[in-house]
Amino acid sequence: MTGMSNDIGLYIHIPFCAGKCRYCDFVSWSGMEDAWEPYAGAVARELEQKSQMAGQRRVVSVFIGGGTPSILPHGFIMRIMKAVREHYDIIPDAEITIEANPGTLDHERLGAYREAGINRLSIGLQAYQDRLLEFLGRIHTARQFDEAVFIAREHGFSNINADIIFGIPYQTMEDWLETISRVLSCGIPHVSCYSLTVEEGTRFGRMRQAGCWPEPDEDLERRMYWTAVEVLGKDGFEQYEISNLAKPHYRCRHNMNYWLRGDYLGFGVAAHSFFNGARFANTPDLKLYLESVDRGNAALSEYYHISNDEALSESMILGLRLTGGVDIDTLSSVYGTDVRKRYGKKLADLAERELVELNGSVVRLTKRGMDFANQVFVEFI
Amino acid sequence: MSGERQKKIRNFCIIAHIDHGKSTLADRLLEMTGSLTEREMEEQVLDDMDIERERGITIKARAVRMVYKGDDGEEYILNLIDTPGHVDFNYEVSRSIAACEGAVLVVDASQGIEAQTLANVYLALEHNLEIIPVINKIDLPSARPEEVIREIEDVIGLEAHDAPLISAKNGINIDSVLKKIVSCIPAPRGDEDAPLRALIFDSLYDTYKGVIAYVRVMEGSVSPGQVIRMMHTGKEYTVTELGYMSPGRHIPSDALRAGEVGYICASIKDVRNCRVGDTITLVSNPAAEPLPGYKKAVPMVFCGIYPADGADYNDLKDSLEKLQLNDASLMFEPESSAALGLGFRCGFLGLLHMEVIQERLEREYNLDIVTTAPSVIYRITKTNGEVIYLDNPTNMPDPTEIAVMEEPVVKASIMTPTEYVGSIMELCQDRRGTFLGMEYLEATRVILSYEMPLNEIIYDFFDALKSRSRGYASLDYELTGYKESKLVKLDIRLNGEVVDALSFIVHADKAYARGRRMAEKLKETIPRQMFEIPIQACIGSKIIARETVKAYRKDVLAKCYGGDITRKKKLLEKQKEGKKRMRQVGTVEIPQEAFMSVLKLDM
Repeated sequence: MTGMSNDIGLYIHIPFCAGKCRYCDFVSWSGMEDAWEPYAGAVARELEQKSQMAGQRRVVSVFIGGGTPSILPHGFIMRIMKAVREHYDIIPDAEITIEANPGTLDHERLGAYREAGINRLSIGLQAYQDRLLEFLGRIHTARQFDEAVFIAREHGFSNINADIIFGIPYQTMEDWLETISRVLSCGIPHVSCYSLTVEEGTRFGRMRQAGCWPEPDEDLERRMYWTAVEVLGKDGFEQYEISNLAKPHYRCRHNMNYWLRGDYLGFGVAAHSFFNGARFANTPDLKLYLESVDRGNAALSEYYHISNDEALSESMILGLRLTGGVDIDTLSSVYGTDVRKRYGKKLADLAERELVELNGSVVRLTKRGMDFANQVFVEFI
Repeated sequence: MSGERQKKIRNFCIIAHIDHGKSTLADRLLEMTGSLTEREMEEQVLDDMDIERERGITIKARAVRMVYKGDDGEEYILNLIDTPGHVDFNYEVSRSIAACEGAVLVVDASQGIEAQTLANVYLALEHNLEIIPVINKIDLPSARPEEVIREIEDVIGLEAHDAPLISAKNGINIDSVLKKIVSCIPAPRGDEDAPLRALIFDSLYDTYKGVIAYVRVMEGSVSPGQVIRMMHTGKEYTVTELGYMSPGRHIPSDALRAGEVGYICASIKDVRNCRVGDTITLVSNPAAEPLPGYKKAVPMVFCGIYPADGADYNDLKDSLEKLQLNDASLMFEPESSAALGLGFRCGFLGLLHMEVIQERLEREYNLDIVTTAPSVIYRITKTNGEVIYLDNPTNMPDPTEIAVMEEPVVKASIMTPTEYVGSIMELCQDRRGTFLGMEYLEATRVILSYEMPLNEIIYDFFDALKSRSRGYASLDYELTGYKESKLVKLDIRLNGEVVDALSFIVHADKAYARGRRMAEKLKETIPRQMFEIPIQACIGSKIIARETVKAYRKDVLAKCYGGDITRKKKLLEKQKEGKKRMRQVGTVEIPQEAFMSVLKLDM
């Protein structure tokens, strides 16, 4: 499916934050203020270096993620955005998102973002209860979220996402419902609902390893998930991906591009790209990244060419995350192979297990399939 | 002339319990005789299989020739024939012993004689071998050489007062062992002009040469180009090469003569045509009678071996065939299981033999295999008079069709310090043993004799014995026959479906406890799945135990890692790998270890 569209996305990774959240296993560091300036410079330079790759292709989305991009003084973001505009063909109504921590958003920053053409905010709320925020290791309070959304609106931001997390130890259904209702009352049009995942190497991971992780109740966790889908649904939110819900016209185009296997280029330490049939990533080593870019070299640490077979497998795995499902007849023509024949038995088995449903040529996860999505995906890996 | 030549030959083996230092002593002898320099020598030359070396035991016999200059200034040819050190390979031991005139009995200075050693000593005495007792590990603080010498004299009735006190590990007194070998062990005295009779005591498959037979020429002589006949299998071959064994290589020669130990190659394709214990003679001048003692190795323990990935069936078949090239006692035939797909029912001499084969398949052939719990051969007389031998519990006929069911029984000899007698008797009782007798070897050590069903021994009996005696008890057993018994087939149902590969046959009185333990064990082994899984242990339609594996509620990756799809794929690949190690039975996924869990019930 590569090469089908001329459109691409850009992902810019800002690996800095005020304090590492206890569940976070992204490449990010707290402190390191001295590195901010050279880092912004390096990203701007990398943007320039890779612009030849992009050539004439149109950029339809930019996503500045982290870490906490909003921790940087806004000048650095301006510099990066300037490089983006200078070296890439950004379409006029491109979706340009920045991730922000509620504790870091102020008038100055928001004004600058707006000026730089950023038109979407993704705010990490996670939970509306300060005791849970503290447990997660967040640096902000629930109240700061309200304030952040309020001033964001003053600066003209209407396309806002809130990340919220369920399945947190000590989180009750009441807590969760409160979080959802706060998000709703803010009037924002996009919500990402994430199930708390305990990853190795994180603070929570170490707690689990040490046997002192208070495992949350699985039934409650699933009830929280489906409750969120239901409650948000009543308010006009459509679930369009396993963890994402949006009001009509507010789906995150940048993330949709990931699921639909559109091309994107990543910039910054540990940033991932998918371009012209290959997946590659920058080194997660900050020093190495800075040095490589400085010398005009690619800072790659991995590179995989994706074969036709793998591409088809990815189309299934990524496409099935979307509630719209996958049209296997379309895939057949894209990959020049009879996908129905190829996956017929697997699909029939999965349908039998009530994990997927087939409607004409469209395959979708059932509700049950959303709970056990990995069981479906492994069949296509 | 032939007498003079043979006077300079000594053929001997070393008898020792596991870890009493047999291989180490062999190494020292090779070193002392200059058969290899310390530098070229890898530790423990004789044990050249990984598994042997790791476990410190010898599985396959090997032989090696050394030249030793005696006190009289004459050069002697010493042929050391190694013996496998485990109960499963008793027959091979007996053939190695039959190829020798003498044996060096190595006894650990702290531990004294063990059951297995004793069995082999008796075997050696039966074959009129001259036995040289040697006390090893005398440099250990716990060494008690005087007591051990007394024990050897009292228990075996061997003169041992002048037994060399050695440390094979540290090279102490090795020369005295060599001197004893020359002075005490009789030279061979076969008639070189008689028709050829050569005893095969081991064989090895070589890709280029075919089967290499390791032989002791008892009478006559043989040269390349001559046509030989295997007296028991009747197969005939032309000798392509023969010679002597040196560590790590073969030294070709123009003939092998009476009294000598060596190898013969004759383009033999199948090791089953070159069986240990068979006699080689010449077609042109055949011997009238083969050498005594030939036995076809009979497997006693069976289990199913399946490829973890059904696609590897042919690889498994090829690997088993290759292993069989070197191991005439390994048997296998195709079978299929509803749970495990296509595989093989394999027969082994005993439990260790089974483990060795499993490990070799995994390590040397890099195969992922699933093995089912071991079984013995039951003899069933059906109501219609038909007699069947059952090696796979799944095939047990309906109880209404069974008139008599019999199981193999063994005579087990357990040697133990007296302080563990109570606990071991309790264990044997629990394993349906019938007490036959107790014999004092000395004030603190006894031999317990029991008649026991083999099916009780193949489960963790050996481990239980070791744990109850803090490792001091040793076991030896031999098959004595069949005995009628009240046996039932215990089935395991997962999610309502019988899993054939988990069925086993058990004595009726023990079925309840075993069934319950099995269900508990499976509950620990089977991971949670998308639905609740009832585990039931049943006899026929009667459920005797039940456990439940609770369902998990979700299996989904929530996050999107900034476009890091590779990571997602890797996680899914890992999950798929894990799934591959599972067997799908109906709707339930069963991890491979579950099929062996019946073995580890800790009962």
